[in-house]
Amino acid sequence: MSGNMNLTLRIWRQKSAKANGQLVTYPVKGISPDMSFLEMFDVLNEELINKGEEPIAFDHDCREGICGACSMFINGQPHGPKKGVTTCQLHMRSFKDGDTIVVEPWRAAAFPVIKDLTVDRAAFDRIIAKGGFISVNTGNAQDANNIPIPKTDADLSFNAAACIGCGACVATCKNSSAMLFVSAKISQLALLPQGQVERIARAKNMVAQMDEEGFGSCTNTGACEVECPKEISLENIARMNREYFMANIKE
Amino acid sequence: MSTNQANFLQSSLGKKLIMGLTGLFLISFLVVHAFINSLIFFNDGGVLFNEGSEFMAHNPVIRVIEIVLFIGIILHIVQALILTLQNNKARPVKYAVNNGKANSKWYSRSMGLLGTLLLIFLIIHLKHFWVVSRFTDEITSGEETMYGEMKEVFENPLIVITYVLGVISLGYHLLHGFQSAFQTLGLNHPKYTPFIKALGFWFSIIISLVFAAMPIALYMGWVK
Repeated sequence: MSGNMNLTLRIWRQKSAKANGQLVTYPVKGISPDMSFLEMFDVLNEELINKGEEPIAFDHDCREGICGACSMFINGQPHGPKKGVTTCQLHMRSFKDGDTIVVEPWRAAAFPVIKDLTVDRAAFDRIIAKGGFISVNTGNAQDANNIPIPKTDADLSFNAAACIGCGACVATCKNSSAMLFVSAKISQLALLPQGQVERIARAKNMVAQMDEEGFGSCTNTGACEVECPKEISLENIARMNREYFMANIKE
Repeated sequence: MSTNQANFLQSSLGKKLIMGLTGLFLISFLVVHAFINSLIFFNDGGVLFNEGSEFMAHNPVIRVIEIVLFIGIILHIVQALILTLQNNKARPVKYAVNNGKANSKWYSRSMGLLGTLLLIFLIIHLKHFWVVSRFTDEITSGEETMYGEMKEVFENPLIVITYVLGVISLGYHLLHGFQSAFQTLGLNHPKYTPFIKALGFWFSIIISLVFAAMPIALYMGWVK
């Protein structure tokens, strides 16, 4: 079909967490510009399987930009060159025929490679388990207007809650810092009345777990905010700092 | 110190807080330093400037602040070293391709390099003036004035170039550091942050120009 693209992919192949990996070159032909980046990987994997080779392992799930599973560091940027999208929302029309595309896994001590392009992001789950929740009795949902919340607070909280925990912030940060993620998870609850009961313990425990996992610390380059597919604001990091300092003053 | 406070100071955010606070403190020193040195631009043969430096050299309050200043510098450097080592450990395998310029300014990613250049410059600078005024009797004996010392040092074009390069490092370090310190302290506000960023931008440029103007003006003989 005319208009289709031929590309050269250089993809990180690594058999297991312990094995050494390297970039391997794969030519791909006849790629439609309307394919998503992951669909292009599906085409390549089908070819590899037909040839009897090991397909490339990569994370994906919803393929509509809301689950946070897909990763891939594409040509030096997490989720590729487009702003505000995940890899599944990145289309091949963002590249030119004949391009060479380098694809690497997220690189961070706290995100060890499992295989090829898949990394273990359980460190995020352990941080959430330390305080990214509120304790309430289950039952019928409360009437919507029982607890009045200012519109501005509700909006800020919702914007923070848009974080899908994909790890692009860690991947792009020169320090592998998880502060955008952790600050979004602290902010979404600190801004609402429901989050007040556990507010002090939440800030302290989540930051402590973040440090323990071996993430670096923020130097305010702002790269995370630019690369975040959900465009989480740096304001959240300042809010987390305030929450943490206040928690230490109060207790 | 209770374990709580120790935990706080060892946490990533505690260390960053110290970086931010010492950074802002050092900025306040730059302002004083620039004001006193600007007295040379009165072009009175250094009379006012010598009076200013005399006052700074003999005022007991300034002597105490000088010690605090050195502690501030050392804290800033030590914390930066600890944080940089930790941050390097957080990414043991580097990327083959990393397009940093797509999402951040080069100087925001190079604070360690700029800081190291500044430290080298600072050592040279202290040797030129601070050591001479404190540890030799050249100035106290009345044999030489601080202004005379300045004129003598800046006769050498290589030293003038070194100072200008040092000041450029300072400018870029401040360009990121000024607003970054406020963000670290948690002072981010939709209404005031644009003002802080603009203030930081103009402060970095103006203070660098003022400092660079001194060696250049003395070398070119614009001030006598």
